[in-house]
Amino acid sequence: MGAIYILWLRELKRYTRSRSQLVASLGQPILYLLALGFGLGPVFRKAGEGSYMQFVSPGIIAMVVLFAAMFSGIALLWDRQFGFLKETLVAPVPRVSIMIGRSLGGATVAMLQGILMSAACLIAGFRPAGLVSLPLGLLFMVLIATLFVAMGVAMGSGLQDMQGFQLIMSFLVMPIFFFSGALFPLDGLPRALAAAAAIDPLTYGVDGIRHALIGAGHFSTVTDLVVLVAVSAALVCVGAWRFSKIEV
Amino acid sequence: MIRVENLSRTFGKLEAVRNISFEVGEGEIFAFLGPNGAGKTTTIRMLTTLLAPTSGTVTLNGLDPAVHPHEARKHFGIVFQDPSLDQDLTAQENMEYHAVLYHVPRAVRRQRIEMLLKLFELWDRRNDLVKKFSGGMRRRLEIARGLLHTPKILFLDEPTLGLDPQSRNQMWTHIRRMNETERVTVFLTTHYMEEADRVAQRIAIIDHGKIVATGTSEELKARTQTSSLEDAFLALTGTSIRAESADPAAQMRTFARMWRR
Ligand SMILES: Nc1ncnc2c1ncn2[C@@H]1O[C@H](COP(=O)(O)OP(=O)(O)OP(=O)(O)O)[C@@H](O)[C@H]1O
Ligand SMILES: [Mg+2]
Repeated sequence: MGAIYILWLRELKRYTRSRSQLVASLGQPILYLLALGFGLGPVFRKAGEGSYMQFVSPGIIAMVVLFAAMFSGIALLWDRQFGFLKETLVAPVPRVSIMIGRSLGGATVAMLQGILMSAACLIAGFRPAGLVSLPLGLLFMVLIATLFVAMGVAMGSGLQDMQGFQLIMSFLVMPIFFFSGALFPLDGLPRALAAAAAIDPLTYGVDGIRHALIGAGHFSTVTDLVVLVAVSAALVCVGAWRFSKIEV
Repeated sequence: MIRVENLSRTFGKLEAVRNISFEVGEGEIFAFLGPNGAGKTTTIRMLTTLLAPTSGTVTLNGLDPAVHPHEARKHFGIVFQDPSLDQDLTAQENMEYHAVLYHVPRAVRRQRIEMLLKLFELWDRRNDLVKKFSGGMRRRLEIARGLLHTPKILFLDEPTLGLDPQSRNQMWTHIRRMNETERVTVFLTTHYMEEADRVAQRIAIIDHGKIVATGTSEELKARTQTSSLEDAFLALTGTSIRAESADPAAQMRTFARMWRR
């Protein structure tokens, strides 16, 4: 228990101490929100789809959680390079506790980032449909955070250098974001794009947050929940297994 | 306390450790010496559950670290050759986190941390982030952290690398005391021969992954008909400098490994 707590605390301390990282990680999504939210607004409205700011805000919130969560998992690479990973791996603590501590820390940080981003959306003019479904929105954020922290750990456990990190960013994280329907509605898509969206777990997270915050979505809330829980559970197992096999 | 039988480890074609066997008794201070790239760190990694052996067996206090890693980890402490601090935490935090991970009882935690930070002259800087420390200060913190709990076996991989004579002296005095009063078994590597000569009761010399000699310092000197351990070391391992293997082939291998994952 002590180990889980201390590793969770470590992630939080590192997060609150690096202001520049905090600003950098919110800067880009805010840019997306402002440029796309206001830029595409008129076209979107003309197409009869309503307010694009309303539509895209849940997508950007999900994006922030995705990035922060994946990043915390992949940060294993940093710990490997700075050597701290060795220190934790030889400690007389079950590896699974180490993984749980780190992951809970990462997920907490991702949630904090998501909440900050939600505040930014409110300032930019986003208005949630009602207050009762806010807890459901938070639940979806938690699920997205869990899923992608676990995916990050599974990937990060095998990472040896920076090239690997860049490969993951460009060939995994970015596609997950772009194919998720965070930026566009899922109706009437070309077949290939629809298929890509359907196998992208973030799609269900974005959809879930949309249900919760603006009361509209593509799949049902139950589908979103079931898919996210199932994929998270599977990835947590893969992540734990890969983490237990790390050699440094 | 430590028994190693026919231990080998290969990295691709490179045989880093070749079929080595040795034993370290309980309460012994054992020095593992060898030129750069001889396989010392690789051996320690296998002894401390960080690397799986290609073949051979290891027993630590009756446990095989490859079979029961978690149990084995309860019996040793280690000071790594490479840095292993969290640079974004303070010195105090690094110590505290280690104390929690190694189950140092809460009652003695604070007092031990204070004693060790004072011993290594880091107490005044305890609330500074490690990234603001000089190289030697970081090294001192690594050692202080490694001594925080009292394990049965202590591995020290070039602990005095980059330390000033004052700190070296403090460190060895402290380690000797731990060895005498708590019967901690010490397995150390170093490139300072006079240091090994002074503290180690027995010495093994490894070269190109093979153990070329074992014995007390006196025995090694007698065997090579030399008057200092340094001369004995050179007589056993030759005078040529070892090429380190950061060659293009090795880099290609790492790259290939990354793609395969
Ligand atoms: N992960 C690895 N992949 C490939 N080769 C490795 C790896 N780790 C170590 N080696 C190689 O194994 C050999 C032994 O390395 P090791 O680190 O054990 O040497 P050492 O005796 O500790 O040397 P030093 O005194 O320089 O610390 C070296 O040739 C090294 O290049
Ligand atoms: Mg070494």
